[in-house]
Amino acid sequence: MALNSKIPEGPIQQKWDNHKFNMKLVNAANKRKYSVIVVGTGLAGASAAASLAELGYNVISMCYHESPRRAHSIAAQGGINAPKNYKNDGDSIWRLFYDTVKGGDYRAREANVYRLAQVSGNIIDQCVAQGVPFGREYGGLLDNRSFGGAQVSRTFYARGQTGQQLLLGAYSALSRQIKKGSVKFFGRREMLDLVLIDGQARGVVARNLETGTLESFAADAVILATGGYGNVFYLATLAKYSNGTAIWKAHKKGAFFGNPCFTQIHPTCIPLSSDYQSKLTLMSESLRNDGRIWVPKKQGDKRNPKDIPEEERDYYLERMYPSFGNLVPRDVASRRAKEMCDKGFGVGSTGLAVYLDFADTIKRNGKEWVEEKYGNLFDMYHEITAENAYETPMRIYPAVHYTMGGLWVDYNLMTTIPGLYTIGEANFSDHGANRLGASALMQGLADGYFIIPYTIGDYLASAKFTKVKTDDAMFKESEKNINANINKLLSIKGKQTVDEIHKKLGKVMYDYCGMARNLAGLKKALEIIPQLRKEFYEDVMVPGSADNFNPELEKALRAADYFEIAELMVTDAIHREESCGGHLREEYQTEDGEAKRNDDKFSYVSAWEYKGNGMNWELHKEPLTFENVKQATRSYK
Amino acid sequence: MRAFIDFYNSSVGKKLIVGLTGLLLISYLVIHLFGNLLIFRADGGEAFDTYAEVLPQIVVIRIIEIGLFLLFILHIITAAYTWILNKAARGDAYKIQKKNETSKVTSRTMFLTGSIVFIFLVVHMRQFWFNSRYEATEGYSMFEVVRATFSNPVYGAFYIVAMFLLGFHLKHGFQSACQTFGIRTKNYVSFIDLIGIVVWLLIPLGFASMPLYFLLYF
Amino acid sequence: MNFTLKIWRQQNRTSKGKFIEYQAINISPDMSFLEMLDAVNRDLTKKSEDNIAFDHDCREGICGSCGLFINGRAHGPQRGVTTCELRMRHFVDGTTITVEPWRSRAFPVIKDLVVDRTAFERIIQAGGYVSVDTGSAPEASSIPVPKANADEAMDAAACIGCGACAAACKNSSPMLFLSAKVSQFALLPQGNAERRIRVQQMVKQMDEDGFGLCSNTYACEVECPKKISVVHIARMNREFLRAKFL
Repeated sequence: MALNSKIPEGPIQQKWDNHKFNMKLVNAANKRKYSVIVVGTGLAGASAAASLAELGYNVISMCYHESPRRAHSIAAQGGINAPKNYKNDGDSIWRLFYDTVKGGDYRAREANVYRLAQVSGNIIDQCVAQGVPFGREYGGLLDNRSFGGAQVSRTFYARGQTGQQLLLGAYSALSRQIKKGSVKFFGRREMLDLVLIDGQARGVVARNLETGTLESFAADAVILATGGYGNVFYLATLAKYSNGTAIWKAHKKGAFFGNPCFTQIHPTCIPLSSDYQSKLTLMSESLRNDGRIWVPKKQGDKRNPKDIPEEERDYYLERMYPSFGNLVPRDVASRRAKEMCDKGFGVGSTGLAVYLDFADTIKRNGKEWVEEKYGNLFDMYHEITAENAYETPMRIYPAVHYTMGGLWVDYNLMTTIPGLYTIGEANFSDHGANRLGASALMQGLADGYFIIPYTIGDYLASAKFTKVKTDDAMFKESEKNINANINKLLSIKGKQTVDEIHKKLGKVMYDYCGMARNLAGLKKALEIIPQLRKEFYEDVMVPGSADNFNPELEKALRAADYFEIAELMVTDAIHREESCGGHLREEYQTEDGEAKRNDDKFSYVSAWEYKGNGMNWELHKEPLTFENVKQATRSYK
Repeated sequence: MRAFIDFYNSSVGKKLIVGLTGLLLISYLVIHLFGNLLIFRADGGEAFDTYAEVLPQIVVIRIIEIGLFLLFILHIITAAYTWILNKAARGDAYKIQKKNETSKVTSRTMFLTGSIVFIFLVVHMRQFWFNSRYEATEGYSMFEVVRATFSNPVYGAFYIVAMFLLGFHLKHGFQSACQTFGIRTKNYVSFIDLIGIVVWLLIPLGFASMPLYFLLYF
Repeated sequence: MNFTLKIWRQQNRTSKGKFIEYQAINISPDMSFLEMLDAVNRDLTKKSEDNIAFDHDCREGICGSCGLFINGRAHGPQRGVTTCELRMRHFVDGTTITVEPWRSRAFPVIKDLVVDRTAFERIIQAGGYVSVDTGSAPEASSIPVPKANADEAMDAAACIGCGACAAACKNSSPMLFLSAKVSQFALLPQGNAERRIRVQQMVKQMDEDGFGLCSNTYACEVECPKKISVVHIARMNREFLRAKFL
């Protein structure tokens, strides 16, 4: 099967407008004859479900939480980009487009990124109209802050809770449609399978997490907005229950998986302190605006940071990247932190941390100023570490945060399965090999508010549909398989908990497929992962039963997929013999340790097709052409 | 009428009614207190007796009296009704709930203090209002009745305790009513607390000063 | 550190629950309360016993999923933190900790410490939004908002919908939750068009869900993990009055 990205003709500025004009429309009265399932209620899912319902479609929305508002988009802190140029610093759609393509290390599809930059201004308009309390200037107009990977201030923010406020905005729009009856919402439902009929995505089977019963939902199209799969690493900044199950089930039903190895490791997280820790906590990247990152110049220097004089400190980012300094993109900042720690300059009890110091800023602007801007982050840091960051520098270390990879989608955000769309972090589309800060919120809302409502209409208007009911054989078949799988997990009765085996997988992934990768390590991972999978199916203990609320069973079902996703990630990482963005292959770097791309051989999206019979995939390539941004060595010096 | 029923049926509506009646009752207390302070005039109770005799003869006062009676009824019934609803809203109780760490005792005992004040009110009305209005004979002196009553240590003590509880009730009630009317905003909190002291401290103290006076000096 | 836990166990909505004692052994003071429960659950799993169910997800105090009544306090003894942010260093070694689910007629127990908070959903659905369809918004800078108002609206909007206010209130009243939403929109010009209908419908829904009436004890403000002020309740009351009489 050949990949068709369906990028519209024409100059890049006109592609989206032309495409909107050329797409078929569903007549207003006919919209209520169509139904769409939206799985997930984060920024992408909630905005899509609400917007489609406003248009008149019948929408079924579901998530594994009790309420749509609890999706993990809520935890995004920093902000959302839009090239409004309110700061008069020379921002434009083109610049945002350029920054994003460059930030993604030239592994994103130009047309998608341009469209993203184009609609991002509308997102801010929409959110302001919804009553999202963005930060403002004294004149009453919107304020902006700067963020990593850009030299202009284009980031809109709502204190340190931008994701929360944007999600509550989308959630309020969704709630309005639920009240109207145009969206039927199902909470505490976890999608466990995708149902295809005549080759089209026509429904899902979900488990009611409270009662344990399997429920089938039929519709004319399915949208997955289920977020990323970063929890493969066990320790990540993702919510505990964020998972890759929905996209993985779709993958196994025929949706290609794009760039699975592209993982973002966020530089400013609170370091791991011991083995019991259940997750890592991220602190907004905005801290890098005013904090300075350093390590002692002497290896293994265990002195109190306050006792280390200025001349014995190495502000390594400022030294290596004079023009971007502490605001280099995330992949660079993370990789350099790891490098420093690997060389023995790390601080703290584990030696796996670097300092993020606010002393200069406090001296310059006063403690109140810092408190107003970052107070909640300092409080959070204090609660977790019992240290006062106003007095002693914070310790930070990178942690898995986002997956740029995801289901492969064409320009319309449709996967290789007709009628199956994927939006938000769950797709691979806009960030290439590295995502810039404040772009995830932008992409999620762009997909949900301004892209999917158009593109899905084109499909619904042109496809042929047979009548489908939830008691059709395909649904029953799927339910049967899920039940068999659940019973299998419950009957193993081994000795280890799900978390214990999952943790082992996470360690393998951090060690061999994390911030830096090499062929030997990846090959080793490829040997260990199948063993761990075997261990899981032989030795896991899942207590309780299938017929009621059973979080351990939920975990086991999700973890089972991680052991498979991990294998595809490693396979992809092995095949990509270059370094780009978050994917740093140690064999391919410049003399001063920068990622070295191989544009001749790897300027493409890897799209993996699942071939069944255990873990077998076929690689498809979507070539990436750069007609508007010249592929250059990314430099932030 | 339908609008009123809707209003009354809503939780905030009921709260507003309790708050409004409460505030009106407080303003009545102020007037009542000022009138009664005549008792301290050193004229052997003459001014006080005149006041007690003339007041009921004014028609407007009789009408206000009826209004006052209705205010009390509305205040008490609505408050009791909300208390019942609130009990039901909890469902199963907590095994441990450290309420004293999260709220003031005055705010949690409104039903109790209110109930005791209500009992006091019945006794008080029987003693002074009903007597003078329906059982008064020739030469009836309110001052004498008051003196006789308050000189009785049991009744005097009861009166003082009731005033103490009234203070409790008003301490929460006054600022709570302001909150319910939405005037307890950031800028006014300290001002309301100041006025509150007059309400919950000085009014009950003023009333309590009378039995105290008679207990100590007669 | 070691603790004795008294935890409410209840199989499902209809069954009768009871307290059961567990031992939490070798707990590090840096553990979060939920990590401590994870440790207890791990021991239960090893014995093939059904785990103690509790809601949680983000574990960084923002999703609003977690919420336990710990030793008589919503989200435990610390101010301004959610259960997942609460660290064990705030407890005395060797003591007994009683853990209960939120108790409110409007929050029925689903299992153990997990309650059904969909009543909050219905309150938001009744009016917690500005009716603006996607695409119909004017240019963002055409709606100026004074900074002070925007800041106060943000204070209110910080609510995570965890339910601690209703759980802590002696009357089980969710007024802080409701008022935070009403207040946010009352402070912003965007919320102006629907301000009358919003407050009335949301209050009506709150009453229908079986919550109690606010009696201004302000326990909610003390227990709110996001430190939302009762000033918003005053503003909500004003909005209600205004909607009814002005």
